[in-house]
Amino acid sequence: MAELTEELSHVKAEEPGVPSTDVRVHPDPEPAGKDKERVPTVIVDDLHIIYRVYGAATDNEKGNAANALMRLVKRQGRPQMKEVHAVRGVSFVAYHGDAIGIVGRNGSGKSTMLRAIAGLLPPHSGAVYTDGQPSLLGVNAALMRELTGERNIVLGCYAMGMNPAQVKEKYDDIVDFSGIGEFVQFPMSTYSSGMGARLRFAIASAKSHDVLLIDEALATGDREFKRKSQERIKQMRQEAGTVFLVAHNLDVIEETCNRVIWLHKGKIKMDGDPKTVLAAYNA
Amino acid sequence: MSQPESAIADAQAGGPKNGTPTKGQEPLAKLAERYGLRRAIARPSLPVYLRQLWERRHFITTYATARNVSKYSNSALGQLWQVLTPLLNAAIYYVMFGLILGAKGGIENYPAFLITGMFVFTYTQRSVSSGAKSISGNLSLIRALHFPRAALPLAYTIQEFQQLLISMGVLVVLVVITGELPTWLWLLVPVALALQTMFNIGASLVLARVGASARDLNQLLPFIMRTWLYASGVFFSIQDRVVNAAHLPQWIADVMYFNPAAAYMELMRDLLMKTHELRPYIWQVCVFWAVFALIGGFWYFWRAEEKYGRG
Repeated sequence: MAELTEELSHVKAEEPGVPSTDVRVHPDPEPAGKDKERVPTVIVDDLHIIYRVYGAATDNEKGNAANALMRLVKRQGRPQMKEVHAVRGVSFVAYHGDAIGIVGRNGSGKSTMLRAIAGLLPPHSGAVYTDGQPSLLGVNAALMRELTGERNIVLGCYAMGMNPAQVKEKYDDIVDFSGIGEFVQFPMSTYSSGMGARLRFAIASAKSHDVLLIDEALATGDREFKRKSQERIKQMRQEAGTVFLVAHNLDVIEETCNRVIWLHKGKIKMDGDPKTVLAAYNA
Repeated sequence: MSQPESAIADAQAGGPKNGTPTKGQEPLAKLAERYGLRRAIARPSLPVYLRQLWERRHFITTYATARNVSKYSNSALGQLWQVLTPLLNAAIYYVMFGLILGAKGGIENYPAFLITGMFVFTYTQRSVSSGAKSISGNLSLIRALHFPRAALPLAYTIQEFQQLLISMGVLVVLVVITGELPTWLWLLVPVALALQTMFNIGASLVLARVGASARDLNQLLPFIMRTWLYASGVFFSIQDRVVNAAHLPQWIADVMYFNPAAAYMELMRDLLMKTHELRPYIWQVCVFWAVFALIGGFWYFWRAEEKYGRG
């Protein structure tokens, strides 16, 4: 990564009261002089995302009707509604041809950020600017367990925005790739978990995307299928302009990404070339 | 959360202090503008939105059919329930109101009056209550895939419409059994249903947006629906009960007849039953509600398009 200007310890001026250890090895979006050609495809600008969670129990509360009434009387609002500040002010620029790995502990906001980039979660403040329509790889939510594999393939393809001609064209591909054979005529609820995962991946990867967002837990199934799906992902990466990859398997990230963002508690802790960031992350 | 302005303001004020490189760096919003990047979550204009929705028509119909198929996939009788459910409902209502409570009140061919009203009302009721859950019950779908969100309430209404087609077959058979003979007016039944469907789509779009943020709506809805059922004259004649029996002024009955559910029921009764008295202005009222609800519903739903999914 020649264009990386390794500004070590660019410590961020922080809003008062919020402790931070934001260390950046920042790839300068516009390195002076050289590489003017790099075209940004995704710009994340001071993104904040707040989830509202219902039904979260607070400490000194038993969820019974009398307490609920008391809360109403005391005008304490709806305490069962909690806000989770999942992403707290993330900014970065991604360029055409980038494959960006996102690492971080569970609950650090990785998946939330991907969904915001995909335009699926409205930001609380800040903005995400994109070129084309970023899409998450995954159609699980659109599929119905009670339905046959056949119906789910059609449903999933339409859910991703294909038209009937494309569905027809891809249908056999999907069945072949998933390798579930005659099970395609059975309801998905009868599938083994591996078969279900294979079919879901086969459907999800049937479409090509400008900006591709890959959340982990996709490479499931037996070894043979794992190999096949990793090949498919590689191929999709070459077709896509920019790829974001969330994974806990750091080998995959080191292999496929040219840049890594480390999220910690909703903030960017480090952003730079894979070697540096992964070394720090592992430390 | 009024987004575009505040976002640019944020970018200008908060950009540099927020850890983006400071040396000669333009605000990110400006950079985005320079390269023609668009906000990921920006709400399209209404015409564009409608076109996107049209492009998703295959998803909408497939989703509706899939839901209908999966609904009965665990029962032994399967799709037969689509016919049995309305039949059983009609039987219960007939026994309750026709035989036990004696709500007839001089209505000729009461069974036809009752089941017509029941089926028509059920269509609106089910569309509206499922529409209210269409966003709040599908958050995982909304957070995973990109499509115009109005596709969901639309799909739910279409699912109810598919069920209605079957119930209408049952209804026509039952009405003939009670002694009504087909007339030329029956040819207008699809028009009446189209108007009602327009109203249902609009109403479920409105409730979908309300239900997306007001979680308690789903608890309240059954009561609202029951009140609506009783106020719409499903099993009694409004004119008869309100004016003739209770001696209330005529305008109260007129207002009750103006309520869309009552209007669509009266229209269908006018078409199917020879003995039913024609209400004045019934077609005008039905067309008004259809157009008003459809346009208003789309507009109201579209206004919050970018907010669905926050939960």
